[in-house]
Amino acid sequence: MINGVGRFIPDNLDPFVSSDNFLTKERKLISKKNKQSKTVFLNNLTEVFDILNITSGMTFSFHHHLRNGDQVIQMVTNEIGRRNLQNIHLAPSSIFPNYTNLVDLIRNGNVTDIHTNYLNGPAAKLISEGYLRGKLVMNTHGGRARAIESGDLLIDVAFIACPVVDKNGNGHGSFGKSACGTLGYAVSDLEYAKKVVLVTDTVVEELKDYQLDGQYVDYVLVIDSIGERSGIVSGTTEITKDPIGLKIAKECANLLNFLGLIKNDFSMQTGAGKTSLAVVSFVEDIMKKNKIVGSFASGGITKSYVDMLENGLFKKLYDVQCFDLEAVASFAKNENHIAMSASEYGNPFEKNPICNKLDFVVLGATEIDLDFNVNVTTDSLGYLIGGSGGHADIAYGADVTIIISPLIKSRIPIIKEKVMTVTTPGSDVDILITERGIAINPLRKDLKEKLKGSSFPIFEIGELLELTHKITGVPKDIKSDEKVIGYIEYRDGTYLDCLRKVNYEY
Amino acid sequence: MKGIAGSKESNDCLITIETSEKTKIEIQSIVGAFFYEQILKTIEDTLTENRIKNVLVKIEDRGALDYTIKSRLLTAIERMKEDV
Repeated sequence: MINGVGRFIPDNLDPFVSSDNFLTKERKLISKKNKQSKTVFLNNLTEVFDILNITSGMTFSFHHHLRNGDQVIQMVTNEIGRRNLQNIHLAPSSIFPNYTNLVDLIRNGNVTDIHTNYLNGPAAKLISEGYLRGKLVMNTHGGRARAIESGDLLIDVAFIACPVVDKNGNGHGSFGKSACGTLGYAVSDLEYAKKVVLVTDTVVEELKDYQLDGQYVDYVLVIDSIGERSGIVSGTTEITKDPIGLKIAKECANLLNFLGLIKNDFSMQTGAGKTSLAVVSFVEDIMKKNKIVGSFASGGITKSYVDMLENGLFKKLYDVQCFDLEAVASFAKNENHIAMSASEYGNPFEKNPICNKLDFVVLGATEIDLDFNVNVTTDSLGYLIGGSGGHADIAYGADVTIIISPLIKSRIPIIKEKVMTVTTPGSDVDILITERGIAINPLRKDLKEKLKGSSFPIFEIGELLELTHKITGVPKDIKSDEKVIGYIEYRDGTYLDCLRKVNYEY
Repeated sequence: MKGIAGSKESNDCLITIETSEKTKIEIQSIVGAFFYEQILKTIEDTLTENRIKNVLVKIEDRGALDYTIKSRLLTAIERMKEDV
């Protein structure tokens, strides 16, 4: 059947209707685990596997707070390979390029099914080429929390990398040699997985303050190192020097100001890319000039937001995961740098998720189409290169959702008639800002009205597409393979799009 | 005789042209799935306009626009002529 964004979904799956359709549904919760016994400390992974009686066909979950420096996913999945377990279902919140050992496990059928919110690197390429024997299901950050708490995604064992653990099994992310800051993505796993193993390299007597509550922790596995510190940082903390990026960022900040969105007590979220950081910097200038103090910024928090908190430009930061070491340090010392779980961040069924309180968000896109649907999951050939993360969650929650992108990336137009994959429904995307013009979603008549007569270069999105084709030429239509390799699951658990095997090679 | 121009930076291309028994064009492009024919046409047209025959043209393209491809090719042609 055809769903609410015009995509084909197999009849046995629940199709996406609209982004606010969840309002008609009840929250579904399985019971939180009621642990009877004391937390047991072990220092050998083999022992953990034996005690938990880990067998083929089980589901294991992980978080990605250690990003490219994570050594826990590698270690656990290597053990899966060593024991030659079959039909394993993995549910890491993200998969990074460094998780290279997944390649053989997928190829050999040890790992056959995957739930994740984002994936990139060699495992992503292999899955794009159709090697995963089961299915890949891609969630949003808030949607993953919903899937876990509702029992749609049942976890046999959650392996939670945790920088410091105390004797009672309580865990924190801010201290220890592998400190990574908040542990927001691990909270649902902790509370709802059948068994929970914290994996740490630092044990202390007692933590006064902790993010992971030991009452849910069955085992603590103590090893030499859970991560490589240099890989934990997301990478980019620099503002773009690219003139096109700077032009887009400047235009974005000016537009936000014109729309009256940079006012006292406002709230915002951006990505951590170089152009997003430029937007933050321009917004900061406007705030200082007009003596504005914002209510909060949220997200993956970076140094630029930490500086604004410390300079009194924001009252609070809500942080689901720290993107750089300055954010890690700030979370450890600033009481207004507040941790949030993935559920508190973006779960549609949470009472007041942070995403719903956002005035505006500034996000990127790999592709955007004439209906404003955004793709950040696959590239133009269909290779998996990312995923929603919080994209669809905050696009829904924010009053104004802005996409910033150059019109052309290496000759590829970012505007398409139809995106390859729908990550975020166009009904939640309001404004596209490019270096050659701005397009407003026709659904946002209020924004169109406000911008009427302004000096901003406003076009219909179709006009921007034509302009692009004049520069690049019209790209040839490409066809995906028929084989469905997985699905995009919307945050409410309905199906937004199918992922298909690629037909092209790089 | 041989001439080279361009780079393998994003949005650019590296073009090598050398004398050959007959004209041959080899295209390697990250956007080949979308623009192979257009890249080929730009190269063929530029060769025809400049009455260049019997050359082997190799392009390693990183998403260059047509005018970039054309200018890189023209420079490579000039360099080939100077290469004796």
